[in-house]
Amino acid sequence: MSENREPSSVRLAGTLGIAGLCSGLILVGVYLATLPRIQQNQAEAMQAAIYKVLPNASAIEPLALKGDQLVPFTGPAGAPTKERLIYLGKDARGDVVGYAVPAEGPGFQDTIKLLYGYDPSRRAVIGMEVLESRETPGLGDKIIFDPHFKANFEELKVEPKLELVKKGEKTAPNQVDAITGATISCRAVVSILNQSTQEWLPRIGDGASKTARVPGGQP
Amino acid sequence: MSPRQPERHFGPELLKGLWRENPVFIAVLGLCPALAVTNSLLNGLVMGAATAFVLIGAATIVSLLRRLIPSQVRISTYIIIIATFVTVVDFLLAALMPEAHKQLGAFIALIVANCVILGRIEAFASKNPVGVSVADAVGMAGGFTLALSMIGAIRELLGSGSLLGFDVMGPRFEPWAIMILPPGGFLSMGVILAVFAYLEKRKARASEAASHPRDGEAAR
Repeated sequence: MSENREPSSVRLAGTLGIAGLCSGLILVGVYLATLPRIQQNQAEAMQAAIYKVLPNASAIEPLALKGDQLVPFTGPAGAPTKERLIYLGKDARGDVVGYAVPAEGPGFQDTIKLLYGYDPSRRAVIGMEVLESRETPGLGDKIIFDPHFKANFEELKVEPKLELVKKGEKTAPNQVDAITGATISCRAVVSILNQSTQEWLPRIGDGASKTARVPGGQP
Repeated sequence: MSPRQPERHFGPELLKGLWRENPVFIAVLGLCPALAVTNSLLNGLVMGAATAFVLIGAATIVSLLRRLIPSQVRISTYIIIIATFVTVVDFLLAALMPEAHKQLGAFIALIVANCVILGRIEAFASKNPVGVSVADAVGMAGGFTLALSMIGAIRELLGSGSLLGFDVMGPRFEPWAIMILPPGGFLSMGVILAVFAYLEKRKARASEAASHPRDGEAAR
């Protein structure tokens, strides 16, 4: 055995260098091989969420924010982009049914990312899905699936602004019934929505003026 | 441990990790993933499988290269090999099981720091031929997966009233939310460790009684 002989430092560095090189090559290969699938998964998850928050949509068009204008986004679907996108949903006749808007903000433990549907003709939120969150399992994470809480967002007026009330005390169309035991997470969702609607609503306007509409649609 | 080149057999090396030298319940290693991600059976299984992939892969490579890696840089080299497998499994999970990947989050990347893996590589695969090294890795990985699944099953059953997402406790069961929160991990782990310690003690007493039956009688 050669264990008593000290190996040269070239050999030591060489071993690590070769290990690193092989590792790098393998990782690049696996990354390239899995990338299309991973992007497709992300795009599919986004699509599924969009159709959930815009239940009447049969087609969606991504729109990018350019300056203060919404323009059709033509980049490849699912590819990572620096553009801020929202999604215009249309029904089978080409009428606008609403916009799906991604929004995010601080939750109880980490950033909550969510997507909500907004119908400009009713000036109301018509659906909300949590995309990513690390809220406490068993308590705060109820914002993801609690049916009573999610029902709040099926027709929720955004004016003057959203308000969180205790469970069962919802009286006005702009109020959200909180979940008992998940108050902080509910408050986070409401404040994310308030912030995002304040930012996006002026750009969306009534939904018709700033984006191209398919001619022949019902007024 | 026995001296330099002890004889190793495939079977015992494979089986010891499952129970007798279980990495979680007996060696009490790798507790971070064992407690952090086991709030459901599926999470325990996926975490166990990901760790198994890394452990078996790294043990194979290290055992094959054990004469080529100078001992002065062995730990760094092992870490490079382990980290490569971890990153591969991270990409694969993101591509094939996006839901589970989202649930496990950073804990997949943290497999690099799992001491079960470096422990088995350093204590076994770096000193033994590839056959028994793989057997050891498969056994240990199996034991680790078994442990995580056990904790995950207990916590999911009591904390959500379901197993693998299927409701098994019925509509009248009120889930113990604490079981899927961090304290639930510690509680389940503590109870299981106590059971293991009790079984060990009983076995030790039994084998002692079996090996000295005459002594016992003579003393009387």
